[in-house]
Amino acid sequence: MRSYLAVFRIRFIATLQYREAALAGIATQAAWGAMEILAFGALYRSEPSAFPMLFSQTVSYIWLQQAFLTMFEVWYWESDISSAIIDGSIAYELARPLDLYGKWFCQASANRLARALLRSLPVLLFSLAAKEPYRLTLPQTFACFGMFLISAALGLGVVTAFSLIVYASLFYTISPSGIRAIISSLAGFLGGSIIPLPFFPAPVRAVAEKLPFACMQNMPLRIFIGDIYGQEAIKGIFLQAFWLLALVGLGKAFISKALSKVVVQGG
Amino acid sequence: MKLYFKFAAMHLKSHMQYKASFAMAAIGQLIASLGTLVGLNFIFMRFSEIEGFTHPQALLCYAIVLMAYSLAEFLGRGFDSFAQMLGNGEYDRALVRPRSAIAQVLLSKMEFSRIGKLIQAVFVLAYAIPKCGAIWSLPRIIALVLMVICGAIVFFALFIVNAALTFFTVEGLEFINIFTDGGREFGRYPYSVYGKKVLLFLTFAVPLALFQYYPLLFIIGKSDNIAYMLAPAASTLFLVPSLLLFSYGARHYQSTGS
Repeated sequence: MRSYLAVFRIRFIATLQYREAALAGIATQAAWGAMEILAFGALYRSEPSAFPMLFSQTVSYIWLQQAFLTMFEVWYWESDISSAIIDGSIAYELARPLDLYGKWFCQASANRLARALLRSLPVLLFSLAAKEPYRLTLPQTFACFGMFLISAALGLGVVTAFSLIVYASLFYTISPSGIRAIISSLAGFLGGSIIPLPFFPAPVRAVAEKLPFACMQNMPLRIFIGDIYGQEAIKGIFLQAFWLLALVGLGKAFISKALSKVVVQGG
Repeated sequence: MKLYFKFAAMHLKSHMQYKASFAMAAIGQLIASLGTLVGLNFIFMRFSEIEGFTHPQALLCYAIVLMAYSLAEFLGRGFDSFAQMLGNGEYDRALVRPRSAIAQVLLSKMEFSRIGKLIQAVFVLAYAIPKCGAIWSLPRIIALVLMVICGAIVFFALFIVNAALTFFTVEGLEFINIFTDGGREFGRYPYSVYGKKVLLFLTFAVPLALFQYYPLLFIIGKSDNIAYMLAPAASTLFLVPSLLLFSYGARHYQSTGS
């Protein structure tokens, strides 16, 4: 356990070094969020009755999504893991007395968490300072906030577990960019990163809400804004836990199967 | 110009050596940009209009901006990876050759897989043209063509700005993405829906609205102002400051060493 924590800490500190890159990212995310919100504002002005949730909830969803972008979006791939598989430095990883899956899981989740911690606060402050209909609304109760924290932690786990499965597929393909682009956009779309799931047509929404992609950002953000609450929120957290266990199990099996066959060319 | 085609043929040939991987990349491009389109359709299953613009009109905007963007990306891909050229000394090699550095950057890379996005844009455009409520006439067709060509030039100029900024920062700046990627994503609605201030900014500072919103008004008959038809031509002036910025950056260039 201690060695996993160490991996986590090293990654965390390393990511915190890139502050200038983060600064540019923060400005982009704040501007991006503002534009999305203005677009939803225009839709709201055109037809308020067609809105599936409160306008203030939609606004908060977008702000949170931008603030935690690096945490929940599937397309923040890690180059270290994929290059380890492609260039063969995986041989070093295998020589370490650590379970490979555990190490990668810590590494990938620490990266996401560190980037999010660095970037989320300024975006959140910006969104709290925005003027009225466009301001971020905080949860009203501690219970709601507590459930958000649990759900966010599970969401981070689900994204990480999912991305590890995709990395593991590199053992078989080696040409990552095409497949990855498809997977990221599909997962992102079904996870509510282009439009929130409540804006989907009912039949599509019913299916999408059961998938692991809805357990990434969709669940924590909608608990935070109060769109999912009480019994439903608890059910949602169980669904997240289920998918987390399922994806971790699948990823472990997949990686150990690939490793049993892996051949690293010497040189 | 002759040189340009020679390079184009060369890049095409090298891409075609790996046909399967090229096809994968092109399909990846197509599917990756499909999310926005499906999302847009979902939105219009719920809402009948946005600030007076209909679904096909939004699709028209989407297709034109996507087409302009993918054309620019296909031609100006070299500028996209300019940070790497600076980093690995490739640009230093370009400087010692007896041709203009800009042309060499331009020719260093061509991304044919962008054809995936382009195909999608063509289909959406073909769907939207008869349905967008425009009564087509010669001036309106001219306006449409101008939108695509001039839009590609503006995006291309933005890629140059991005490359020019890397002279000062070595790493690429993520912020310019709000105009390139953002311009493409938010271009799915007429830029006027984002409010007066945004529209003013996109008219006079970064002229994305000049090739999208104003000619759109002319095409769908919301305005008869001939100036709106020609607005895209004005947007290409953006190329001037971007090239100036690039040459300013190039004059102050210090190699990263090797």
